[in-house]
Amino acid sequence: MSTATDVNEKSPLSGLGDSGAYQKLLAFASLIVLLIGFSIASPNFMQTSNMIAILQATSVNGVLAVAATLVIITGGIDLSVGTLMTFCAVIAGVVLTYLGMPLLLGVAAAIGAGALCGLCSGTFVAKMKIPPFIATLGMMLILKGLSLVISGTRPIYFNDTPGFDQISRGSLIGEIFPALPIPNGVLILFLVAAAASYILSKTVLGRYTFALGSNEEAVRLSGVNTDRWKMRIYALAGGICGIGGILIASRLNSAQPALGLGYELEAIAAVVIGGTSLSGGRGTILGTLIGALIMAVLTNGLRVLSVAQEWQTVVTGAIIILAVYADMVRRKKSG
Amino acid sequence: MNKLVEMTGIDKFFPGVHALKRVQFDLMSGEVHALMGENGAGKSTLMKILSGIYQRDGGVLKIDGQEVSPTTPSEAQDLGIGIIHQELSLMNDLTVAQNIFIGREPRKSFGRLDEVALNAQTAEIFASMNLELDPKTIVGSLTIAKQQMVEIAKALSFRSKVLIMDEPTAALNDAEIAELFVIIRRLKSEGVGIVYISHKMDELKQIADRVTVMRDGEYVGVVEAAETPISQIISMMVGREVTEEPLEVPDLSGAEVSLEVSGLSRGREIQDVSFSVQRGEILGFAGLMGAGRTEVARAIFGADVKEAGEIKVHGQKVSIKTPSDAVQAGIGYLSEDRKHFGLATGMNVRDNVALASMDLFSTSVGVLNDAGMAETAQKYISQLGIRTPSDTQEVRLLSGGNQQKVVIAKWLLRDCDILIFDEPTRGIDVGAKSEIYKLLEELAEDGKTIIVISSELPEIMRLSHRIAVMCEGRLTGILPGGKDTTQEDIMQLATQREAVMHVTETVQ
Repeated sequence: MSTATDVNEKSPLSGLGDSGAYQKLLAFASLIVLLIGFSIASPNFMQTSNMIAILQATSVNGVLAVAATLVIITGGIDLSVGTLMTFCAVIAGVVLTYLGMPLLLGVAAAIGAGALCGLCSGTFVAKMKIPPFIATLGMMLILKGLSLVISGTRPIYFNDTPGFDQISRGSLIGEIFPALPIPNGVLILFLVAAAASYILSKTVLGRYTFALGSNEEAVRLSGVNTDRWKMRIYALAGGICGIGGILIASRLNSAQPALGLGYELEAIAAVVIGGTSLSGGRGTILGTLIGALIMAVLTNGLRVLSVAQEWQTVVTGAIIILAVYADMVRRKKSG
Repeated sequence: MNKLVEMTGIDKFFPGVHALKRVQFDLMSGEVHALMGENGAGKSTLMKILSGIYQRDGGVLKIDGQEVSPTTPSEAQDLGIGIIHQELSLMNDLTVAQNIFIGREPRKSFGRLDEVALNAQTAEIFASMNLELDPKTIVGSLTIAKQQMVEIAKALSFRSKVLIMDEPTAALNDAEIAELFVIIRRLKSEGVGIVYISHKMDELKQIADRVTVMRDGEYVGVVEAAETPISQIISMMVGREVTEEPLEVPDLSGAEVSLEVSGLSRGREIQDVSFSVQRGEILGFAGLMGAGRTEVARAIFGADVKEAGEIKVHGQKVSIKTPSDAVQAGIGYLSEDRKHFGLATGMNVRDNVALASMDLFSTSVGVLNDAGMAETAQKYISQLGIRTPSDTQEVRLLSGGNQQKVVIAKWLLRDCDILIFDEPTRGIDVGAKSEIYKLLEELAEDGKTIIVISSELPEIMRLSHRIAVMCEGRLTGILPGGKDTTQEDIMQLATQREAVMHVTETVQ
């Protein structure tokens, strides 16, 4: 193998070539600027405990954003990630609390339910040719309703399952390095991100994910069964939402059936800020992680500065528009 | 009769191309003047200059004796020039009247629309055309012919004295064509001058007064339609010398029939098409635009549905419903539109080469062998002479010829032994063209089966061992390749509208 080809494969997180590299750099620079700005503005911001809180807040959103990234790179969109997360949490609650099954089985059930729901969305999109926006909007509402139906609109607590809350709140790293009490939820986010990044850059599924977003018709005319691959990607994204469901349930030590709406928008915002193109074909998991961190830092920093909740929302909205505008300018330049 | 339009010495340059070379054209009032020429002869460019879409780089354009230089379509409209494009530009969900007056709707105070006046004015135009059509009809519910009438009405609503029609009958059936001709004759009698662009020879005799022929961006001549035999017009159109070395048709007697298509049909686009190709043979598909060649290729490949027809590969009947089935059977299709249908342009050379063969480079759990992909890509880069800095270059940055080679590499890697090339040299410069030709000949010598669809007659004659000619969805004949077949023979079959099949089969 030639040395020229090794250059592009420095990091497993670098995704495909240098697509979105500029935007990613921009996003990373913004993150640094935000961190510096908030630390100057408030001495409370740069505390270890606050940093941990930011990471903890990123974990659930980050996992959902990773799922959304996969679908968005195919040229689709997934509006159901938030309510799917809740649905999977409720399923875990049913299996663990109502049926009293062992912990691992509950986790498996949540992830399996997520993958199955993702497969449904994928089938609507690929086989029935329903536009992804509509198909996942429908799934979003169906799952929100089902979560309420199954749980009887009441939260399901995990008090009978010892150790469940440790999935997110415990800290394996903290046990080894007491100075770094990084919660397991964050660890799981990074594992999920690394796995997704590996799949995107090193597997057939990943290559077709980019290819579908780049030119689906050309892929189909290459004799590839595009429908089947698309369904697999949606299923994978669904499974990752299942992990998100476990994380949130563990953090709250309960499955809250009314939760979930709005998470999909936060996830999409993180993806977009991270430089993934909504028209598909381009994007990276690393960018999405940075995007999710920017969202969390913004929310946390504005709160530390005692900015009113309603203004925090306004600022977040403005940041999203700015990020997409930067992406448009970049695309225009690169033709 | 006075001269409505007079164009003399018109020059037009595009980057790297001298598209029009001192072309002349004139139009009398009350005349139908046909503009003929092969694809790429410059007819559309000339008419785009007349209608303000392009600006001329040299020459004189006079309307009613006055020199003018319209710089936008609306300036041309003000001068009384209306154009009806080949592809209709109507909004399907609006009514007929709303379409005709789009952008200049009659208004009442406070910007409210005056729908009553809108419909009344439309009805007036229809009455003047003697056309029975309710102005409130939704355009999408009309037949293509009726939509064409709406376009004509729209052009007339600008009080056009000159009407340019670009292949108006391409999508019409015989009854609809007759209907269109009635309207054209009425307009003519009212003094409107009509420029009529068409490929269909028989229509000229019916409707045109004079014919101007163009070739390769140059004016060839103008003749009276009634007195000039069609064969003379055809030889004016194709009169260019074929400079390529004569083609040697190999002796394929005894070669296996690798692809056999029989009774392929779908609506009016593909009507009972049957042919066969042998191993090592290059079968050319000639015909004018819209003859159905691409449709046939896509139907064979499973990219579009077919209503009837049987396909045999190496003597075995195969059922092809999707491109994936076709690839399984060893058929590859290289589309005329590489960017839309051939390449994932945002991805690199390596990925595009492997696009149809990912299974060769993945483990059982789907992990990719990037090193293997790189090695394969590099093998094809040197074998086909793809000029690219590396196999990780994005294909959108390559030239057209090199992009085409990437698509060819994709199919060679997939081990397809029947390859359908749809306009393989479109958008490719002359030097790269002969490289592609050589490549196709080498592939045939290696025992691949090659089908080439091309609108350029010299290309068809340069490559084809046999030439299948289509017209309006029908296979009108299969001619032998080599010097015994002339461009005129091909054009004869390509413009043969009535269904007379005289297949001169040369299969041994």
